[in-house]
Amino acid sequence: MDFNLNEEQEMLRKMARDFLTTESPKSLVREMVEDDKGHSEILWQRMAELGWMGLAFPEEYGATGGSFLDLAVLLEEMGRACLPGPFFSSIVLGGMTLMEAGSEEQKQRFLPLLAEGKVILTLAILEEDGQYDPKSVKLTANAEGSDYVLHGTKMFVPDAAVADYIICVARTGGSGSSGITLFLVDAKSQGLSLSPFITLAGDKQYRITWDGVRVPGENILGEKDNGWIYIEKVLQKAVVGLCAMMVGGAQQTLEMTVDYAKERKQFGRPIGSFQIIQHHCTDMATDMDGARFITYQAAWKLSEGLPCIKDISIAKLWTGEAFRRMTSLAVQVHGTLGWMDDHDVPFYYKRAKAWELWLGGADFHQDVVATEMGL
Amino acid sequence: MDFVFTPEQERFRAEIREFLEKEIPPEFRRKPENNWIRGFCPELSRKLGQKGWIGLAWPKKYGGQEKSYMDRLVLTEELVCSGAPVFSHWFGDRQVGPAILAHGTEEQKQKFLTGITRGEIQFGVGMSEPEAGSDLASLQLRAIEEGDHFTINGQKVWTSGIHNAHYIYMVARTDPDTPKHRGISELVVDVNLPGITIRPLKDMTGEYDLNEVFFDNVKAPLDSLIGEKNHGWYQIAEQLDFERSGVERLMSNYPLLRDTVEYVRKAGLNKVDWIRRKLAQLEAEFEVGRLLVYRVAWMLSQGKVPNYEAAMAKGYGTAFEQRLSNAITQILGMYGQIADDSEDIPLIGRAVSAYLYCPAYTLQGGTSEILKGIVATRGLGLPTK
Repeated sequence: MDFNLNEEQEMLRKMARDFLTTESPKSLVREMVEDDKGHSEILWQRMAELGWMGLAFPEEYGATGGSFLDLAVLLEEMGRACLPGPFFSSIVLGGMTLMEAGSEEQKQRFLPLLAEGKVILTLAILEEDGQYDPKSVKLTANAEGSDYVLHGTKMFVPDAAVADYIICVARTGGSGSSGITLFLVDAKSQGLSLSPFITLAGDKQYRITWDGVRVPGENILGEKDNGWIYIEKVLQKAVVGLCAMMVGGAQQTLEMTVDYAKERKQFGRPIGSFQIIQHHCTDMATDMDGARFITYQAAWKLSEGLPCIKDISIAKLWTGEAFRRMTSLAVQVHGTLGWMDDHDVPFYYKRAKAWELWLGGADFHQDVVATEMGL
Repeated sequence: MDFVFTPEQERFRAEIREFLEKEIPPEFRRKPENNWIRGFCPELSRKLGQKGWIGLAWPKKYGGQEKSYMDRLVLTEELVCSGAPVFSHWFGDRQVGPAILAHGTEEQKQKFLTGITRGEIQFGVGMSEPEAGSDLASLQLRAIEEGDHFTINGQKVWTSGIHNAHYIYMVARTDPDTPKHRGISELVVDVNLPGITIRPLKDMTGEYDLNEVFFDNVKAPLDSLIGEKNHGWYQIAEQLDFERSGVERLMSNYPLLRDTVEYVRKAGLNKVDWIRRKLAQLEAEFEVGRLLVYRVAWMLSQGKVPNYEAAMAKGYGTAFEQRLSNAITQILGMYGQIADDSEDIPLIGRAVSAYLYCPAYTLQGGTSEILKGIVATRGLGLPTK
């Protein structure tokens, strides 16, 4: 047993923190919330130059060949910085799907571009009921010659307006997990229209209407009718990746709050000397350490290829709620200052709620855990 | 980073499990909860001593095995989760031994550590007094050095395990004239000395685990002192970390969780949505607690001294014990308030016992409030005034 990251991972963490502190300050985060697309191309190219896009893809695709655990370290720092833009959509949701389901030819073609930051991907899974359930996939893809024609609606698709390709989870038959096929769709295709949602945290999500979108059959990722098994695998990685971002956000929330409790004076003494504030901070620190360990345990197991379905769901249900509890206490300790829109605390308060719900909330993951327990 | 035990540790776990399956008497196996603190069985302690499984991390010359704290974690996890009645050696193994190892004389080490590792010496722990609970440093019991002995006068309360013990491990005021933290010493005193009176206290479970202990001109030899005189307050901090950091702070009721899952499945309640969720949530909270506890053992195995980490693990773990027993009484419905241990009662009243015992966990070894203060000041650096 070893709770420490290795030396390279510690270096990666430090480099990422330094870079993001200067290149993704809160002023940029704020600007990107206001921006239509929420994407800074300058920042994106700099991250690509650092090799971050290709961090966890194999070397034969022009990437770095790091582990999923390395990627988790990077994502933690991105969560800490509230990094705007499509990194998670493109690299985790899109890139991991391409890695899992893509043919050798597809990987050769797209992964090097992805690793250089020249192509941006996203993944469209959810539909109107918002459930991560294969039964909820209703968007149809009907064969016409060697093409497929897609009809339907996808919801909550992240960063679709800046994506070059959208991986669409579509129904080609059946009704459950069989009969689902993954299509790599050019985002500029005819018949595809986007309308943005206004989101709690200011990230960019879209309703996408597919009105007879024609996709060549060669753009299927994986086998026809067999797409859901890949989505399950990608969701496992995405859930842990999201947990890592929450760990980063939570760490920043804790540090900010403890610093404030040391500085802020009321009744002639720092508020952090009062028991009730100390206990709030301790509750936050306990949530923090629990979230960190349970998340990194899952990331490590995924990296090592060990069975970890239960660990992943436990990580999500715990970390999601822990981060949310922490941000509520952060507002409380900061007082009304922490409720003001120009303060940093609201960034984390908002993301905590959004990320708690994204990729399955506590109810969803409790059910997975119960099943894994044999219930 | 890695989150698994080594193959040797897994083999050790299997060996312990096999041993315990044979050696735990049936009455303890039937009700495995809280047996590390309520299960008195000196025969088992002696057998564990023969296996070398007491004082596992201590030097070989005192009967230890010089194993790592991760090995000790594996051992204690198996003991607690199997319901092994190990109370008779638990305090010696967990905190008194380490205190003597850190601060005792060679003679004391030979005498006590060897006795502990054989499973032959049992300790009670005397910390609280009527006017000194969480504010332990204001303790009043005096041990005044007079010639070749200490004369001890005063009272301890909530003293655990003293009624079967050979010695009481305690803190006493050895200099009444200095500021309160600077006049305290650690002592190990023979409970059979004249002038010591023990009065058992009945707790809400109906049992007598705790006691009042009265000292009336007790004359204890000078070698009762552990470490430096008047330096006890600074010595015990570490010992309290040992008391706080173990798996027992999280897993005392683990058998109840495990058997409730089995019961729910057999009773066909496993499709009831709220029951599934409650058990899944407990499982998640348990796994998080496990890592908080493992972190402490891992730090010890790295030669690091946990302090706020131990306080955090105990605070979290003992709160979990309470949520666990509460949730299980709810799953059992009306049977959740039946204490009858006959076989036709689901889980034979174990949830009731767990529910009644669990408030003690957030009090003993530092209340949750004191522990939160430790995390805040020592861990987060928050000011005290």
